[in-house]
Amino acid sequence: MTQRLLVPGLLLACLITIFTACLLGSTPLPADRVLAAFFGGADIGDRLVVWQIRLPRALAAFFTGAALGISGAALQGLLRNPLAEPGVLGVSASASLFATFSLYYGLAALSPWVLPISAIAGALAATALIALAAIRTRSVVTLILIGVGLSSFSGAAMSLLMNLAPNPFSLSDMINWMLGSVANRSFEEIGLAAPFLIAGAGILLASRRGLSALTLGEEAATGVGLNLSNQRILTVLGAGLATGGSVALAGAIGFVGIVAPHIIRPFVKHDPARSLIPSALLAGLILMIADIAIRILPTSNELKLGVVAALIGAPAFVWIAVQRRVLNG
Amino acid sequence: MAELLTQDLSVKADTILLVREANLRLVPGELVALLGPNGAGKTSLLKAALGLEKRSAGLATLDGTDSEKLSPMQRARRVAYLPQQRPLAWPNTVRDVVALGRFAYGAAPGKLSPADAEAVDRAIAQCGLADLGDRNTDTLSGGELARVHCARAFAANAPLLVADEPVAALDPRHQFSTMDIVRQFVDDGGGALVVLHDIALAARYATRMVWMKESRIVADGPPEETLTPERLAEIYGVRSRIDGRTVEIEGTL
Repeated sequence: MTQRLLVPGLLLACLITIFTACLLGSTPLPADRVLAAFFGGADIGDRLVVWQIRLPRALAAFFTGAALGISGAALQGLLRNPLAEPGVLGVSASASLFATFSLYYGLAALSPWVLPISAIAGALAATALIALAAIRTRSVVTLILIGVGLSSFSGAAMSLLMNLAPNPFSLSDMINWMLGSVANRSFEEIGLAAPFLIAGAGILLASRRGLSALTLGEEAATGVGLNLSNQRILTVLGAGLATGGSVALAGAIGFVGIVAPHIIRPFVKHDPARSLIPSALLAGLILMIADIAIRILPTSNELKLGVVAALIGAPAFVWIAVQRRVLNG
Repeated sequence: MAELLTQDLSVKADTILLVREANLRLVPGELVALLGPNGAGKTSLLKAALGLEKRSAGLATLDGTDSEKLSPMQRARRVAYLPQQRPLAWPNTVRDVVALGRFAYGAAPGKLSPADAEAVDRAIAQCGLADLGDRNTDTLSGGELARVHCARAFAANAPLLVADEPVAALDPRHQFSTMDIVRQFVDDGGGALVVLHDIALAARYATRMVWMKESRIVADGPPEETLTPERLAEIYGVRSRIDGRTVEIEGTL
């Protein structure tokens, strides 16, 4: 019963949160004025605030979270490991490194598509490396360590670029990529990331049945009819596209891809395939709520979404890891 | 008719021969026990016969088709395979794990056609799991898990079953109950090839015994013909007394 209500319930919560995001902010708008702005009424100021600032920002947070949630759930299914996630495996960091490169060398100025494509290239490179490592080793710890290595290397390379940054403007651009934020996002930027997010999510959803089969382990999954190499390629490609798209939109935001599937799993009887859609919705919801909190918190400098996500997510990661240790020894 | 056949099948890992010119045949109505010491090449033979591992020479066919050329789904509809390692990544319900046996028919847990659901229910009943259908697999005992894996394999409704040590690490009662399930499958018209380490258990259930030693098949025939003290001495290096299908191992040579 809870299972049947899960997706509609999450959808409803997402819609309410998007609406709430339009109400709240430095100047709160009453509900009737937001509704009027939605449907073309109200004065130009309200319309501007809702359509140009708050709605795109809320949607950017949702899409970023949804992409990370679905990628996390799919990677966890592929690697049969609840700690797998684009952030932990170094995929987000590689994507932001590639994006920073394109900013640093001025390539991003050539075409608006250069930045998202660079981020996606970085994400795909890292995901492919992880998947290759997963074929060679069965050890969960080894994979996480490879991810930590990838993250550290990307972090070091980013620091190097910042170290060499020609002027304070490019420096602050790069810091935005590293910390992750959806502030000041426009519908155009969402539109640039959207094709990759949709393609990635589509590939993951189309190939999700194989993730259930992998519950049995790779050998038995092949035995029940799974084409393992195809499954690996599709999951890597889908997660790479979705994560790369999310990084292009918001920079590197960690841990949400691990927390959302972990919460969802008991509600879908621990079936990886059925966890994809609810994990995407929940992760989108979490990031939207976190972003609303950032906007209304009276801090002198607005906090970055990626920082807040890591502050909440990293302890959750440790908690999941400790629990796993108790269960599996 | 369903048939798993190997002709002069060899398997190499780098330069080491794991299986040497093996000839093996499995058809419905047979319960074939594959025996031999650790490292004799039993698992490699099974995998190469199914086309899951590359062979270096010879031939392996399933119903007349080269088993390496079958797609995973085609293979899964012809033969159910229970590997030696049977890890379960998530604590799914018993029914959902058994439902994965219907993967080759387009099914998924929570998405079963009436035909799939019927096959799953039958496999669950066949393996005595009716009361455990909604239990999570991480709450089951080893004996119950062994039955879940059998049910998963039977749910495919494939005419042949290849099982690699299905009763390893089970107590005697669960060894017997699991083998009873396999025998029932054979009595109902299936064919099973089962790797066993317990010679007495194999002698009790097998219609045919295939003996491997140092990557070769050294004997193949009914227990009455191939189960002798000399064979056990040659293959396992043990002293034994054999009376019909009763085996008593007395010690090492």
